[in-house]
Amino acid sequence: MSDATEDPAYRLFEARFAALRRSRRTETLLAATVLGLLVLVSVVSTEFYPSRIAVGVPKIGEYFVKLLSVVPARGADPVPVVALSHLFGGVKEPQSLAYWFYRVGTYAKLLWQTIQMAVLATVMGFTGAFILSFPAARNLVRNRAILWFTRRLLEVMRSIPQVVLAFILVWPFGIGPLAGILAIGIHSTGALGKLFSEVNENADMRPIEGMRAAGGNWLESVRFGMVPQVLPGFLSYALLRFEINVRSSTIIGFVGAGGIGQEFKRVIGFNIYEEVSAIAILILLIVMLIDLASERIRARVIGNLLAR
Amino acid sequence: MSEAIRLADITEADIGRARTRLPRAFGAPWQERAVHAALAVAVVGWLGYLHWLFDFGKILSGLDRLWVIVGLMVDWSHFASWDHVEILKSMLETVAMAFLGTLLSSVVALPLGFLGARNVIPSGVFRFFTRRVFDVFRGLDQLIWALVFVRAMGLGPIAGILAIFVSDTGVLAKLYAEAIENAEKGQVEGIRSTGAGQLMTLRLGVLPQVLPVMLSQALYQLESNSREATILGLVGAGGIGLRLSERIQINAWDQVAYIIVLILITVAAIDFASRCIRTGLITGR
Repeated sequence: MSDATEDPAYRLFEARFAALRRSRRTETLLAATVLGLLVLVSVVSTEFYPSRIAVGVPKIGEYFVKLLSVVPARGADPVPVVALSHLFGGVKEPQSLAYWFYRVGTYAKLLWQTIQMAVLATVMGFTGAFILSFPAARNLVRNRAILWFTRRLLEVMRSIPQVVLAFILVWPFGIGPLAGILAIGIHSTGALGKLFSEVNENADMRPIEGMRAAGGNWLESVRFGMVPQVLPGFLSYALLRFEINVRSSTIIGFVGAGGIGQEFKRVIGFNIYEEVSAIAILILLIVMLIDLASERIRARVIGNLLAR
Repeated sequence: MSEAIRLADITEADIGRARTRLPRAFGAPWQERAVHAALAVAVVGWLGYLHWLFDFGKILSGLDRLWVIVGLMVDWSHFASWDHVEILKSMLETVAMAFLGTLLSSVVALPLGFLGARNVIPSGVFRFFTRRVFDVFRGLDQLIWALVFVRAMGLGPIAGILAIFVSDTGVLAKLYAEAIENAEKGQVEGIRSTGAGQLMTLRLGVLPQVLPVMLSQALYQLESNSREATILGLVGAGGIGLRLSERIQINAWDQVAYIIVLILITVAAIDFASRCIRTGLITGR
């Protein structure tokens, strides 16, 4: 037994093991210190103190209770917004679904508008990105200046937060969905343009060379050599973008740029509690529904296009 | 190989034969063209409907006002008189909000991720339920959570941190659960074969495999959250967005442009730092 521990190889192993552990420990300690300092600075600068959290968090609970309760009559105590016994009662009967969602017609109109905003913004983004993605592709353009300019343009378009953009655009174009569509459309152009140009760069160059050899100019070689092979990829990205844009168009109204968000901001400002929860539930449903539908469509459209 | 064909030798009859043999090479059949035409008409009609819905004419009439704003944005001659301390402090606050929100959610999402993973909790009903809870947290945008929290507990960065925390917990818990489900079975079985209990198996068999993945996902979220945190202030949840919205409301367009540039620089810096750490994680320091 004692022979083994006196073996020089064993001792070497032990020494190296100890050294490794020590260096690992200092590393961990260093990382923990840095993390701790960052947390400290963050907590101080946001005043995220336990005492304030302890005051604030119960208020959230109270607020959610309010959101999910309803005052059945003037001066009465609030009761839960739905109850099984009244679930399918009429519009006049508190605690029924119909009472909770009594403005569902208005919401439906606004949700439809919101989705149309998302569709139009996606079409706008697709068109813009389609045009800009070819001059931004390294394998299609040799001119450094054009490449640099289109790439920076796309970068600026996608890095400005779209809500900020919408807030600014509300000034020239007025309160309403137009500013929101433009903001989301500009952002989509930037985001899709980058992805599209990457698709272009990964495309097979032989069809392009074939078009060139047959005497086609740049535009023709891109139209007949490049577009057919990259279009399925473009469409797939555009559908993904549409899902994101539906989400964005539900919130873009917070700054007055139209859609269901504008109504949400209004009812939350006037403390119409049961309407706040009703709209939130509808937004959640519509976002999930669009995600599901778009997933199905994506699988089918891309399958069809690739099968050709 | 067939013998060479010369262009001059091709007759109308040859073309006709080719047309019957390979009709698609000469263009789409009329059915397909009709479908395309119908689609084009539908798109035009839909655009007309959208014009009725949204009135695109306002774009043209708003353009001159837009140019005025852009003109004001690029004029930075009053740079020295701006309240730089306030702006930079808010910028720091924004980053701090994103950092705290992401940190909290990445810690809380860890146990939730285990609860949502198939190889940890085999019960389908339970997993379905936890996954739907994550979906609710994720499905509502951060800005909606922020607006609700601001109404509930008042203006300030704490509402913003909690908004980031709630929506991010939904995202990370889902990603963590997927990472845990993709963990390699061999190591888990190895640990179990030594007689380890369920908890020890997770700690020694699963966690070492998934921790780097989780850390890199949390860093991705930090990047995305620092973008989001810049706008949370627009609904009163603290940070640079609050300053931005004040300046938009008083039409101080030069400072608006300045703050946007600051946001872009900060976001780029955080992306860079996070990318450095992530490559460090992948290559093993």
